[in-house]
Amino acid sequence: MGSDLIGVWIAAFLTLGIMSFLYKDNPWYKFSEAIFVGLSAGYWFASLFWQSLHAKFWANWSPAVQSLFQGQFDYNLLYTGAGILGLMMLLRLIPPIGWISRWPLSVVVGGTAGLYLINYLVSNAVRQIGSTIQPVVTFPESIGWINSGGVIIGNVLVFAVLIVSLGFILFGRNTTIDLPTPTKLFFFLIALVACALGTFYSLSMPLNLTGLIIFMGVFCGLIYFFFSKEHTGFFGGAATVGTWFLMVTFGASFGYTVMSRMSLLIGRIDFLLVEWLKVVN
Amino acid sequence: MNFWKALLAIDRRWIFLFVFLALAVPMFLNVDFDLSISREVQGLYDALDKLQPNSKILMSFDYDPPSAPELQPMADAIMKYCLKKKLRIIIMGLWPQGPIQANMALNRAFLEEDINRDDYVYGVHYVNLGYQAGNEFVIQRMGSAFYEMFKRDYTGNRYEELPLMRGIKNFNDIDFSINFSAGYPGTVEWVQIAVDRFHVRLGAGNTAVQAPQVYPYYNSGQVVGLAGGMRGAAELEGVFARFDGGTVDYKDKGTKYMLSQTIAHAVVMFFIVVGNIAYFVIGRKDKLKASK
Repeated sequence: MGSDLIGVWIAAFLTLGIMSFLYKDNPWYKFSEAIFVGLSAGYWFASLFWQSLHAKFWANWSPAVQSLFQGQFDYNLLYTGAGILGLMMLLRLIPPIGWISRWPLSVVVGGTAGLYLINYLVSNAVRQIGSTIQPVVTFPESIGWINSGGVIIGNVLVFAVLIVSLGFILFGRNTTIDLPTPTKLFFFLIALVACALGTFYSLSMPLNLTGLIIFMGVFCGLIYFFFSKEHTGFFGGAATVGTWFLMVTFGASFGYTVMSRMSLLIGRIDFLLVEWLKVVN
Repeated sequence: MNFWKALLAIDRRWIFLFVFLALAVPMFLNVDFDLSISREVQGLYDALDKLQPNSKILMSFDYDPPSAPELQPMADAIMKYCLKKKLRIIIMGLWPQGPIQANMALNRAFLEEDINRDDYVYGVHYVNLGYQAGNEFVIQRMGSAFYEMFKRDYTGNRYEELPLMRGIKNFNDIDFSINFSAGYPGTVEWVQIAVDRFHVRLGAGNTAVQAPQVYPYYNSGQVVGLAGGMRGAAELEGVFARFDGGTVDYKDKGTKYMLSQTIAHAVVMFFIVVGNIAYFVIGRKDKLKASK
């Protein structure tokens, strides 16, 4: 109990020391900061030594070497390679042969890149693209195939309009499609009927506004980062909308960050009022 | 100096004082918040609720004391719920202090009247495998063999001596996983490896800073539920209290400190709005002066 009490008082002393920086820089703050940095460095050194170097390397390699002397081969002898790479990393401390440290570094970078290439491609690209392009109207399970067809047409039309818009944005007036008038009329009628059917059935279904907004956000955000075409006209407008989406995203992140920092401060105030001063239950 | 210029020139230490008071004073009040439950938190509750007694749940505590104000209330609430529901709990950590935070959650849960410590046997009903260095490579290795990463548990018991672990070879033998994460390694790595490679069902509790990074994983179904920051913790406490019959006291620091959060946010927003108004008013006056 006595040691706990001393610990609480030391923690309170150091907490207030760190907080005193908010008033102005002072020796109490510097003292607390130095203790914090020193303790952290010591803790991490001990942790890495025992948890990584000893537990991962020495505990596996040392018995393997002993087995070798007894005439037995242990696959853990392969850790010798890891040990050599580790020693090569330390050669950075000897400037004339410091260049050798680049070799183990290249193994680390190459291995990590190889692992992350697949991980990020699957988790952060493929899966995210899949969740970005969602149906604009959702399918209730009870609807029949005719209605489903209408919903599909509705969805296809919405995305077709977006893609055609993108085509006009990217290629604009550089291309002209010259078709005979009866063919144009035929396509126009087909489009009209499809549009009417799609709109009629789509409007009778629950609209996935979130999906549409996310798609528009991604679409306009990508346009903002497309610098091969001048941001003017419709393209510029879409880029501006992309900027708004980016601002909303940054704002949400900022809000969450404020909440996080407030929580940390609450944690320290909680310690001061509850555990140290004991004025709050 | 006019009013607006004086406002812009205010010493920032006054703002610090206001924020401190906004956080500290509500702590003396005993206000019970009844928060609306977001679909992310509801998803996490639903996933836990569907588990049958004796289902095996893996909890990875990937945070340390600095992030405890946000994550510990979540961990406490989930630990109470899992123990009460008689789930088999396997604890681990990719951060050195994680398993210690887990023990704190266990001890708090055992203080509840309805969760009798004597009914739970270490190694049979719950186990703390401890910390393992190696970040995401630990998750990768666990995909083929838990044993290779945790030959001994937190207290030094051998893996094969723990009855709970005898039937567990890899993620296929785990019914549900939860990750409490404050950064790297954390939820992102669990999603990339455990979820997308080994098809683990994952719920996440994150610090507020990390939550926006994890939300896309929720929308894509890679995590089944998500609690972000202290608000997420308060919601979790609320949803457990609402649906678990009230026999266990779930509402704790997450709920209690939401009043402080709310008032402090109001203070910050007030200063942002007033500061911007002052900036534009002064800018307009300066422009008028320049035009004259």
